[in-house]
Amino acid sequence: MCGIAGLIHRGKHSNVGFEMTAMLQALKHRGPDSTGFAVYGPPNPGDYIMRVKVAEAEDIDKGHGIMDRIADRIVKVDELLEEHGAKIKSKEQITPYALRYVITHDGETEKMAKQIEEIDGAEILSMGSGLELIKDLGDAAEVSSAYGLDEFDGSHAIGHTRMATESDVDIRSAHPYWAFPYNDVSVVHNGQITNYWIMRREMERKGHRFMSDCDSELLAVYTAHNLANGVTLEESLRRSISEIDGVFTYLVATKDQLGMAKDTMAAKPLVLYESDDLIVMASEEVAIRAILPEEIDTYDPYDEEVRVWQA
Amino acid sequence: MAGMSDAELREMTQEERAKLLGMTTEQLTGRSLFIEFDPDAEERFTYPWAPDVDYNKRIEIDTDAMTSTEVNSKARSLMEEGYGTLVVQNPRGKHGLGVGILNRLNLIFDGSLGYFAVGLIDGPNVRIKGRVGWSCGENMMSGTIVVEKNAGSTFGAAIRGGDLVCRGSVGSRTGIDMKGGTIIVGGDTGALSGFMMQRGRMVVCGNAGKNLGDSMYDGTIYVGGKIQSLGVDAIEAELTDLDRKWLTRKLSQYELMPDAGVDHFTKIVAGKQLWNYDNLEPTEKKLIL
Repeated sequence: MCGIAGLIHRGKHSNVGFEMTAMLQALKHRGPDSTGFAVYGPPNPGDYIMRVKVAEAEDIDKGHGIMDRIADRIVKVDELLEEHGAKIKSKEQITPYALRYVITHDGETEKMAKQIEEIDGAEILSMGSGLELIKDLGDAAEVSSAYGLDEFDGSHAIGHTRMATESDVDIRSAHPYWAFPYNDVSVVHNGQITNYWIMRREMERKGHRFMSDCDSELLAVYTAHNLANGVTLEESLRRSISEIDGVFTYLVATKDQLGMAKDTMAAKPLVLYESDDLIVMASEEVAIRAILPEEIDTYDPYDEEVRVWQA
Repeated sequence: MAGMSDAELREMTQEERAKLLGMTTEQLTGRSLFIEFDPDAEERFTYPWAPDVDYNKRIEIDTDAMTSTEVNSKARSLMEEGYGTLVVQNPRGKHGLGVGILNRLNLIFDGSLGYFAVGLIDGPNVRIKGRVGWSCGENMMSGTIVVEKNAGSTFGAAIRGGDLVCRGSVGSRTGIDMKGGTIIVGGDTGALSGFMMQRGRMVVCGNAGKNLGDSMYDGTIYVGGKIQSLGVDAIEAELTDLDRKWLTRKLSQYELMPDAGVDHFTKIVAGKQLWNYDNLEPTEKKLIL
């Protein structure tokens, strides 16, 4: 089933970490397996925030020297950053397997990111000047608490509660997906993509990488491919309705935009609230009510509807 | 049922009550429920276990801190106490509120509801001052539901009777599989509305999305605005004086009568090329012919 949510403040900042936590906790019944957040803080020109995991959550309980391997992987990440001329301004090990780096880097991040992901067990969850992507097993309150999201000042955010149906219960299959290697772009999705393998092979032939077998990752790669080729976010969302088969509603966030697209069957829900300074959307109204308890007007976008809002 | 008290009926299991009420699994006629009302029951044409309520006995309940189950349980206990007018405050988009009410009741929701609001009802008059999520009024048998704002998809799915009204716009697949009753939409409706509709009437004062009435068996759809496209086996029919009178009466009843009247409404019915709902089954034909 899965639950998705998004919000964007126009021209102002707010505690989007807390707001998204409340929304996703209200959607817990739609997906109790894992929860993910893509929150956008104020852009830091010249700096990149890199969220990386060096193991799966379930690996920790398996023993067999996993902590030593994790330590080795972190050393390799640090070495690669240095090798590519990136200066580490700060490094936090949030959980045994999840790290947050703030780096300065003048060169191409794509090549550096690809080499980091060649380290066994390593996956960059996000990279960007404002984006921070956090995902882990458990409900929104648990993940938010573990990663300190209750106090996150930003302009917009998207999030996801996952009920695993077609791939494993693990972090690599959790949403949101970063649109690797396109900085500051993230995607959450509710639905099934039925031409996944056809589209995946097409994207792989064009040089894109996939880290999971989850069909939702395709939307992130597809969006990244379009944006890298000069297609606007709105046009990419429109194209997806005809080029991607299946039933889907998905949200895409960039450093200053939030977009949504609904497939031709409109089989996956989305409820939308729009005011002059705040836009909120979620799979169910109950999530919107979690942050806007007062009586408001909401509506369901129709089939093939595409919308993009600016922060 | 004659000779059985309400208390005795309450003691019975659901299966025993169902058998007593004549619920069967008759495949051929397609009718699975009939109730033989007790002629001695002083014209009380209700379910025997339905509480007897007084419309003048009114109560307000604040449901902000309650779960859906707690709200529904509370409503049932209040009905048992004879309350006939319930005002539910702060529903906050909760799912499944007001489902399965089988007696007369004035039920007012002072706010918005989530999924499966007031489904499976048979009798109450419901007013929802906010909006509703997916599948509002699903399988309702009788009574009225009026939604003041917008509604989500599958509004009135499989509705069998009563009036289901949304003053705003609704999502996709409105009245999917409807088997009777009336659905009225003050605004627009989305794609595949009236999909596999079997009986009943649907009125859309605004525009209708693509594939309207796709694979409909029977029933009638009236659209006041534009129709994006018709579905398979849905065809336009002539709007008769009877249609105009019915539309005028129904839309006036719910204060949704357009200033321009009803002459501009387009009437859509089943072409009956795919299905003929009233065809007899082969075994029935053998018995009759």
